Amino acid sequence: MAAKTIDPLHQFEIHPLLPIKLGAVDVSFTNSSLWMMLSVIAVTAFLTLAMRHRALVPGRLQSVAELSYEFVAGMIRDNVGQAGMQYFPLIFTLFMFVLFGNLLGMIPYAFTFTSHIVVTFAMALVVFVGVTVIGFVKHGLHFLRFFLPHGLPIWMVPILVPIEVLSYFLRPISLSVRLFANMTAGHAMLKVFGGFTVMLGLFGIAPLALNIAVTALELLVALLQAYVFTILTCVYLNDALNMSH
Amino acid sequence: MPQFDPTWVASQLVWLAIAFGVLYLALTRIALPRIAEVLENRHTRISADLEKAGQLKDEAAQVLAAYEKTLAEARGRAQALIRTTSDEMAAAAAGREADTARRLADQTKAAEARIAEAKQAALANLRTVAVDVASAAVERLIGTGVASGQIDAAVGAAIKDRS
Repeated sequence: MAAKTIDPLHQFEIHPLLPIKLGAVDVSFTNSSLWMMLSVIAVTAFLTLAMRHRALVPGRLQSVAELSYEFVAGMIRDNVGQAGMQYFPLIFTLFMFVLFGNLLGMIPYAFTFTSHIVVTFAMALVVFVGVTVIGFVKHGLHFLRFFLPHGLPIWMVPILVPIEVLSYFLRPISLSVRLFANMTAGHAMLKVFGGFTVMLGLFGIAPLALNIAVTALELLVALLQAYVFTILTCVYLNDALNMSH
Repeated sequence: MPQFDPTWVASQLVWLAIAFGVLYLALTRIALPRIAEVLENRHTRISADLEKAGQLKDEAAQVLAAYEKTLAEARGRAQALIRTTSDEMAAAAAGREADTARRLADQTKAAEARIAEAKQAALANLRTVAVDVASAAVERLIGTGVASGQIDAAVGAAIKDRS
Protein backbone atom coordinates (compact mmCIF):
# COMPACT_ATOMS: atom_id res chain seq x y z
CA MET A 1 0.00 0.00 0.00
CA ALA A 2 2.66 2.58 1.03
CA ALA A 3 5.25 3.73 -1.42
CA LYS A 4 8.71 2.23 -1.04
CA THR A 5 10.34 5.63 -0.86
CA ILE A 6 10.06 7.67 2.30
CA ASP A 7 7.71 10.57 1.90
CA PRO A 8 7.57 12.23 5.32
CA LEU A 9 5.19 14.88 4.07
CA HIS A 10 2.61 12.43 2.75
CA GLN A 11 0.96 12.34 6.18
CA PHE A 12 0.13 16.04 5.95
CA GLU A 13 -1.85 15.71 2.76
CA ILE A 14 -5.50 16.60 2.86
CA HIS A 15 -8.01 14.61 0.91
CA PRO A 16 -11.74 15.09 0.83
CA LEU A 17 -14.00 12.53 2.47
CA LEU A 18 -17.29 14.25 1.70
CA PRO A 19 -17.14 16.78 -1.14
CA ILE A 20 -19.12 19.92 -0.38
CA LYS A 21 -19.27 22.98 -2.61
CA LEU A 22 -20.47 26.32 -1.39
CA GLY A 23 -20.89 28.19 -4.64
CA ALA A 24 -17.42 28.23 -6.15
CA VAL A 25 -15.73 27.54 -2.81
CA ASP A 26 -14.72 24.01 -1.91
CA VAL A 27 -15.54 23.37 1.75
CA SER A 28 -15.40 19.58 1.60
CA PHE A 29 -15.34 17.54 4.76
CA THR A 30 -11.74 16.32 4.70
CA ASN A 31 -9.57 14.07 6.81
CA SER A 32 -8.48 17.25 8.59
CA SER A 33 -12.10 18.13 9.35
CA LEU A 34 -12.65 14.57 10.56
CA TRP A 35 -9.85 14.80 13.11
CA MET A 36 -11.02 18.23 14.23
CA MET A 37 -14.45 16.77 14.92
CA LEU A 38 -12.87 13.73 16.60
CA SER A 39 -10.96 16.09 18.87
CA VAL A 40 -14.19 17.89 19.70
CA ILE A 41 -15.89 14.59 20.51
CA ALA A 42 -12.89 13.31 22.48
CA VAL A 43 -12.63 16.45 24.61
CA THR A 44 -16.36 16.56 25.28
CA ALA A 45 -16.61 12.83 25.95
CA PHE A 46 -13.57 12.85 28.22
CA LEU A 47 -14.74 15.75 30.35
CA THR A 48 -18.33 14.56 30.49
CA LEU A 49 -17.45 10.95 31.30
CA ALA A 50 -14.83 11.95 33.82
CA MET A 51 -17.32 14.16 35.66
CA ARG A 52 -20.28 11.75 35.44
CA HIS A 53 -20.12 10.80 39.13
CA ARG A 54 -19.69 14.41 40.29
CA ALA A 55 -17.86 12.87 43.23
CA LEU A 56 -16.92 14.96 46.22
CA VAL A 57 -13.72 12.95 46.44
CA PRO A 58 -12.64 12.55 42.81
CA GLY A 59 -11.49 9.33 41.20
CA ARG A 60 -8.57 9.16 38.81
CA LEU A 61 -10.38 10.29 35.67
CA GLN A 62 -12.28 13.02 37.49
CA SER A 63 -9.00 14.23 39.00
CA VAL A 64 -7.54 14.63 35.51
CA ALA A 65 -10.59 16.55 34.31
CA GLU A 66 -10.50 18.81 37.37
CA LEU A 67 -6.76 19.18 36.97
CA SER A 68 -7.14 20.45 33.39
CA TYR A 69 -9.76 22.94 34.61
CA GLU A 70 -7.62 24.12 37.53
CA PHE A 71 -4.54 24.20 35.30
CA VAL A 72 -6.06 26.62 32.79
CA ALA A 73 -7.81 28.62 35.53
CA GLY A 74 -4.50 28.91 37.39
CA MET A 75 -2.72 29.97 34.20
CA ILE A 76 -5.22 32.79 33.67
CA ARG A 77 -5.21 33.86 37.32
CA ASP A 78 -1.39 33.94 37.44
CA ASN A 79 -0.85 35.68 34.09
CA VAL A 80 -3.92 37.87 33.67
CA GLY A 81 -5.51 38.12 37.09
CA GLN A 82 -9.12 37.77 38.19
CA ALA A 83 -10.30 40.04 35.37
CA GLY A 84 -9.15 37.44 32.85
CA MET A 85 -11.48 34.78 34.23
CA GLN A 86 -14.35 36.00 32.04
CA TYR A 87 -12.37 34.64 29.08
CA PHE A 88 -11.82 31.31 30.80
CA PRO A 89 -14.26 29.24 28.68
CA LEU A 90 -12.66 30.49 25.45
CA ILE A 91 -9.09 29.89 26.64
CA PHE A 92 -10.00 26.51 28.08
CA THR A 93 -11.60 25.50 24.76
CA LEU A 94 -8.49 26.68 22.92
CA PHE A 95 -6.19 24.70 25.23
CA MET A 96 -8.20 21.48 25.04
CA PHE A 97 -8.67 21.77 21.28
CA VAL A 98 -4.96 22.24 20.59
CA LEU A 99 -3.96 19.64 23.20
CA PHE A 100 -6.26 16.95 21.83
CA GLY A 101 -5.34 17.90 18.27
CA ASN A 102 -1.69 17.35 19.14
CA LEU A 103 -2.29 14.17 21.16
CA LEU A 104 -4.68 12.50 18.70
CA GLY A 105 -2.11 13.28 16.02
CA MET A 106 0.25 10.91 17.83
CA ILE A 107 -1.97 7.96 16.95
CA PRO A 108 -0.47 6.19 13.92
CA TYR A 109 -2.27 7.03 10.65
CA ALA A 110 -4.05 9.91 12.36
CA PHE A 111 -4.08 13.37 10.86
CA THR A 112 -2.59 16.20 12.91
CA PHE A 113 -4.59 19.31 12.09
CA THR A 114 -2.32 21.43 14.35
CA SER A 115 0.48 20.73 11.84
CA HIS A 116 -1.29 22.93 9.33
CA ILE A 117 -0.30 26.57 9.28
CA VAL A 118 -3.75 27.56 8.01
CA VAL A 119 -5.34 26.14 11.18
CA THR A 120 -2.76 27.48 13.63
CA PHE A 121 -2.62 30.88 11.94
CA ALA A 122 -6.41 31.17 11.98
CA MET A 123 -6.43 30.47 15.72
CA ALA A 124 -3.51 32.82 16.34
CA LEU A 125 -5.18 35.54 14.27
CA VAL A 126 -8.43 35.21 16.20
CA VAL A 127 -6.45 35.49 19.46
CA PHE A 128 -4.51 38.49 18.11
CA VAL A 129 -7.52 40.36 16.77
CA GLY A 130 -9.62 39.51 19.82
CA VAL A 131 -6.94 40.67 22.24
CA THR A 132 -6.37 43.89 20.28
CA VAL A 133 -10.11 44.62 20.24
CA ILE A 134 -10.28 43.97 23.99
CA GLY A 135 -7.35 46.36 24.48
CA PHE A 136 -9.03 49.17 22.54
CA VAL A 137 -12.42 48.55 24.18
CA LYS A 138 -10.86 48.63 27.63
CA HIS A 139 -8.41 51.52 27.18
CA GLY A 140 -9.65 53.33 24.08
CA LEU A 141 -6.96 55.12 22.09
CA HIS A 142 -4.87 55.09 25.25
CA PHE A 143 -4.06 51.48 24.29
CA LEU A 144 -1.70 52.91 21.64
CA ARG A 145 0.60 53.97 24.49
CA PHE A 146 1.37 50.26 24.71
CA PHE A 147 3.86 50.85 21.88
CA LEU A 148 5.57 53.60 23.87
CA PRO A 149 7.43 52.00 26.76
CA HIS A 150 7.50 53.95 30.00
CA GLY A 151 10.44 56.27 30.75
CA LEU A 152 11.74 56.21 27.19
CA PRO A 153 14.15 59.05 26.21
CA ILE A 154 12.49 61.17 23.50
CA TRP A 155 15.22 60.57 20.91
CA MET A 156 14.67 56.82 21.14
CA VAL A 157 10.96 57.05 20.30
CA PRO A 158 11.40 56.97 16.49
CA ILE A 159 13.60 53.88 16.83
CA LEU A 160 11.73 51.93 19.46
CA VAL A 161 8.11 52.56 18.52
CA PRO A 162 8.42 50.90 15.07
CA ILE A 163 10.15 47.96 16.75
CA GLU A 164 7.35 47.66 19.28
CA VAL A 165 4.70 47.89 16.57
CA LEU A 166 6.48 45.33 14.41
CA SER A 167 6.94 42.90 17.29
CA TYR A 168 3.26 43.31 18.17
CA PHE A 169 2.16 42.47 14.64
CA LEU A 170 4.56 39.53 14.48
CA ARG A 171 2.77 37.93 17.41
CA PRO A 172 0.17 35.95 15.40
CA ILE A 173 2.92 34.74 13.08
CA SER A 174 5.25 33.55 15.83
CA LEU A 175 2.35 32.03 17.73
CA SER A 176 1.08 30.04 14.75
CA VAL A 177 4.45 29.12 13.24
CA ARG A 178 5.70 27.79 16.60
CA LEU A 179 2.88 25.26 16.85
CA PHE A 180 2.80 24.38 13.16
CA ALA A 181 6.58 23.94 12.88
CA ASN A 182 6.86 21.85 16.05
CA MET A 183 4.09 19.49 14.97
CA THR A 184 5.28 19.22 11.36
CA ALA A 185 8.92 18.67 12.24
CA GLY A 186 8.15 16.08 14.90
CA HIS A 187 5.81 14.06 12.75
CA ALA A 188 8.13 14.24 9.74
CA MET A 189 10.99 13.01 11.92
CA LEU A 190 8.91 10.09 13.21
CA LYS A 191 8.04 9.19 9.64
CA VAL A 192 11.67 9.37 8.49
CA PHE A 193 12.87 7.06 11.27
CA GLY A 194 9.89 4.80 10.63
CA GLY A 195 10.94 4.56 6.99
CA PHE A 196 14.52 3.71 8.02
CA THR A 197 13.23 0.97 10.30
CA VAL A 198 11.38 -0.67 7.42
CA MET A 199 14.26 -0.26 4.93
CA LEU A 200 17.05 -1.55 7.18
CA GLY A 201 15.37 -4.85 7.98
CA LEU A 202 17.08 -6.46 10.98
CA PHE A 203 19.25 -3.38 11.55
CA GLY A 204 16.08 -1.35 11.70
CA ILE A 205 16.11 -1.95 15.44
CA ALA A 206 18.37 1.10 15.87
CA PRO A 207 16.03 3.65 14.25
CA LEU A 208 13.12 1.85 15.95
CA ALA A 209 14.68 2.45 19.37
CA LEU A 210 15.28 6.05 18.40
CA ASN A 211 11.69 6.33 17.22
CA ILE A 212 10.41 5.15 20.60
CA ALA A 213 12.42 7.90 22.29
CA VAL A 214 11.22 10.45 19.73
CA THR A 215 7.64 9.34 20.31
CA ALA A 216 8.05 10.08 24.01
CA LEU A 217 9.57 13.43 23.13
CA GLU A 218 6.70 14.17 20.74
CA LEU A 219 4.16 13.44 23.48
CA LEU A 220 5.97 15.98 25.63
CA VAL A 221 6.03 18.45 22.74
CA ALA A 222 2.31 17.88 22.16
CA LEU A 223 1.59 18.87 25.77
CA LEU A 224 4.16 21.64 25.84
CA GLN A 225 3.02 23.33 22.63
CA ALA A 226 -0.60 23.32 23.76
CA TYR A 227 0.59 24.90 27.00
CA VAL A 228 2.78 27.45 25.21
CA PHE A 229 -0.02 28.42 22.83
CA THR A 230 -2.38 28.93 25.76
CA ILE A 231 0.02 30.76 28.03
CA LEU A 232 1.03 33.16 25.24
CA THR A 233 -2.66 33.84 24.68
CA CYS A 234 -2.86 34.65 28.41
CA VAL A 235 0.19 36.91 28.19
CA TYR A 236 -1.27 38.81 25.21
CA LEU A 237 -4.59 39.08 27.00
CA ASN A 238 -2.80 40.43 30.06
CA ASP A 239 -1.07 43.07 27.91
CA ALA A 240 -4.47 44.15 26.58
CA LEU A 241 -6.28 44.13 29.93
CA ASN A 242 -3.57 45.52 32.19
CA MET A 243 -1.17 47.19 29.71
CA SER A 244 1.71 46.00 31.87
CA HIS A 245 4.54 46.84 29.56
CA MET B 1 4.56 20.91 1.41
CA PRO B 2 0.86 19.99 1.59
CA GLN B 3 0.49 22.70 4.27
CA PHE B 4 0.97 25.42 1.64
CA ASP B 5 -1.45 23.94 -0.87
CA PRO B 6 -4.19 26.60 -1.23
CA THR B 7 -6.81 24.08 -2.37
CA TRP B 8 -8.12 23.32 1.11
CA VAL B 9 -7.72 26.67 2.86
CA ALA B 10 -11.47 27.45 2.75
CA SER B 11 -12.39 23.98 3.94
CA GLN B 12 -9.84 24.13 6.76
CA LEU B 13 -11.12 27.51 7.95
CA VAL B 14 -14.78 26.55 7.73
CA TRP B 15 -14.34 23.26 9.55
CA LEU B 16 -12.03 24.82 12.12
CA ALA B 17 -14.71 27.39 12.86
CA ILE B 18 -17.38 24.70 13.08
CA ALA B 19 -15.25 22.41 15.28
CA PHE B 20 -14.16 25.18 17.57
CA GLY B 21 -17.69 26.56 17.83
CA VAL B 22 -19.16 23.14 18.61
CA LEU B 23 -16.47 22.47 21.19
CA TYR B 24 -17.01 25.90 22.77
CA LEU B 25 -20.74 25.29 23.03
CA ALA B 26 -20.29 21.74 24.35
CA LEU B 27 -17.81 22.87 26.99
CA THR B 28 -19.69 25.98 28.13
CA ARG B 29 -23.08 24.24 28.16
CA ILE B 30 -22.19 20.77 29.46
CA ALA B 31 -18.64 20.09 30.62
CA LEU B 32 -17.45 23.25 32.34
CA PRO B 33 -20.58 23.88 34.47
CA ARG B 34 -20.27 20.34 35.84
CA ILE B 35 -16.61 20.75 36.79
CA ALA B 36 -17.31 24.19 38.26
CA GLU B 37 -20.26 22.79 40.21
CA VAL B 38 -18.20 19.93 41.64
CA LEU B 39 -15.33 22.25 42.58
CA GLU B 40 -17.76 24.74 44.07
CA ASN B 41 -19.50 22.00 46.07
CA ARG B 42 -16.19 20.73 47.36
CA HIS B 43 -15.12 24.24 48.30
CA THR B 44 -18.43 24.91 50.08
CA ARG B 45 -18.27 21.55 51.85
CA ILE B 46 -14.70 22.07 53.04
CA SER B 47 -15.36 25.59 54.31
CA ALA B 48 -18.58 24.41 55.99
CA ASP B 49 -16.67 21.58 57.66
CA LEU B 50 -13.95 23.95 58.76
CA GLU B 51 -16.55 26.34 60.15
CA LYS B 52 -18.24 23.49 62.00
CA ALA B 53 -14.92 22.34 63.40
CA GLY B 54 -14.25 25.90 64.55
CA GLN B 55 -17.64 26.03 66.27
CA LEU B 56 -17.04 22.71 67.98
CA LYS B 57 -13.64 23.91 69.11
CA ASP B 58 -15.20 27.07 70.58
CA GLU B 59 -17.82 24.95 72.32
CA ALA B 60 -15.16 22.66 73.74
CA ALA B 61 -13.24 25.67 74.96
CA GLN B 62 -16.38 27.01 76.64
CA VAL B 63 -17.06 23.66 78.31
CA LEU B 64 -13.47 23.50 79.47
CA ALA B 65 -13.67 27.04 80.86
CA ALA B 66 -16.91 26.21 82.71
CA TYR B 67 -15.38 23.02 84.07
CA GLU B 68 -12.29 24.84 85.24
CA LYS B 69 -14.44 27.54 86.86
CA THR B 70 -16.46 24.90 88.72
CA LEU B 71 -13.29 23.15 89.74
CA ALA B 72 -11.79 26.40 91.02
CA GLU B 73 -14.96 27.18 92.96
CA ALA B 74 -15.03 23.71 94.51
CA ARG B 75 -11.39 24.05 95.40
CA GLY B 76 -12.06 27.45 96.98
CA ARG B 77 -14.97 26.08 98.99
CA ALA B 78 -12.91 23.09 100.13
CA GLN B 79 -10.11 25.35 101.21
CA ALA B 80 -12.48 27.65 103.12
CA LEU B 81 -13.95 24.58 104.82
CA ILE B 82 -10.50 23.30 105.71
CA ARG B 83 -9.56 26.71 107.10
CA THR B 84 -12.68 27.09 109.29
CA THR B 85 -12.44 23.49 110.50
CA SER B 86 -8.79 23.82 111.37
CA ASP B 87 -9.50 27.15 113.06
CA GLU B 88 -12.28 25.56 115.11
CA MET B 89 -10.09 22.62 115.98
CA ALA B 90 -7.24 24.91 116.95
CA ALA B 91 -9.58 26.99 119.11
CA ALA B 92 -10.95 23.85 120.80
CA ALA B 93 -7.46 22.51 121.37
CA ALA B 94 -6.31 25.84 122.77
CA GLY B 95 -9.35 25.88 125.12
CA ARG B 96 -8.63 22.35 126.32
CA GLU B 97 -4.98 23.18 126.77
CA ALA B 98 -5.85 26.28 128.81
CA ASP B 99 -8.25 24.20 130.97
CA THR B 100 -5.65 21.58 131.58
CA ALA B 101 -3.02 24.19 132.35
CA ARG B 102 -5.36 25.87 134.82
CA ARG B 103 -6.27 22.58 136.48
CA LEU B 104 -2.62 21.59 136.67
CA ALA B 105 -1.76 25.00 138.15
CA ASP B 106 -4.54 24.60 140.76
CA GLN B 107 -3.36 21.12 141.65
CA THR B 108 0.23 22.34 141.85
CA LYS B 109 -0.82 25.17 144.12
CA ALA B 110 -2.84 22.81 146.36
CA ALA B 111 0.06 20.37 146.47
CA GLU B 112 2.48 23.13 147.32
CA ALA B 113 0.14 24.30 150.09
CA ARG B 114 -0.03 20.77 151.46
CA ILE B 115 3.73 20.40 151.26
CA ALA B 116 4.19 23.73 153.09
CA GLU B 117 1.74 22.61 155.79
CA ALA B 118 3.49 19.26 156.13
CA LYS B 119 6.85 21.04 156.27
CA GLN B 120 5.52 23.37 158.98
CA ALA B 121 4.20 20.41 160.93
CA ALA B 122 7.44 18.54 160.44
CA LEU B 123 9.47 21.56 161.60
CA ALA B 124 7.25 21.91 164.66
CA ASN B 125 7.68 18.21 165.52
CA LEU B 126 11.43 18.56 164.90
CA ARG B 127 11.70 21.16 167.69
CA THR B 128 9.90 18.97 170.27
CA VAL B 129 11.94 15.93 169.24
CA ALA B 130 15.17 18.00 169.38
CA VAL B 131 14.28 19.33 172.84
CA ASP B 132 13.46 15.77 174.06
CA VAL B 133 16.67 14.39 172.62
CA ALA B 134 18.73 17.31 173.99
CA SER B 135 17.29 16.97 177.54
CA ALA B 136 17.83 13.23 177.51
CA ALA B 137 21.41 13.72 176.33
CA VAL B 138 22.05 16.39 178.91
CA GLU B 139 20.63 14.19 181.71
CA ARG B 140 22.88 11.35 180.63
CA LEU B 141 25.93 13.55 180.41
CA ILE B 142 25.64 15.50 183.57
CA GLY B 143 23.41 13.18 185.53
CA THR B 144 20.87 15.80 186.43
CA GLY B 145 18.05 17.47 184.55
CA VAL B 146 18.12 20.94 183.37
CA ALA B 147 15.15 23.19 183.24
CA SER B 148 13.23 22.38 180.15
CA GLY B 149 12.82 26.06 179.38
CA GLN B 150 16.55 26.46 179.03
CA ILE B 151 16.89 23.55 176.62
CA ASP B 152 13.99 24.76 174.59
CA ALA B 153 15.61 28.14 174.26
CA ALA B 154 18.96 26.58 173.32
CA VAL B 155 17.34 24.39 170.66
CA GLY B 156 15.44 27.36 169.29
CA ALA B 157 18.70 29.30 169.05
CA ALA B 158 20.41 26.39 167.29
CA ILE B 159 17.60 26.03 164.77
CA LYS B 160 17.72 29.71 164.09
CA ASP B 161 21.49 29.48 163.53
CA ARG B 162 21.13 26.65 160.98
CA SER B 163 18.26 27.81 159.07
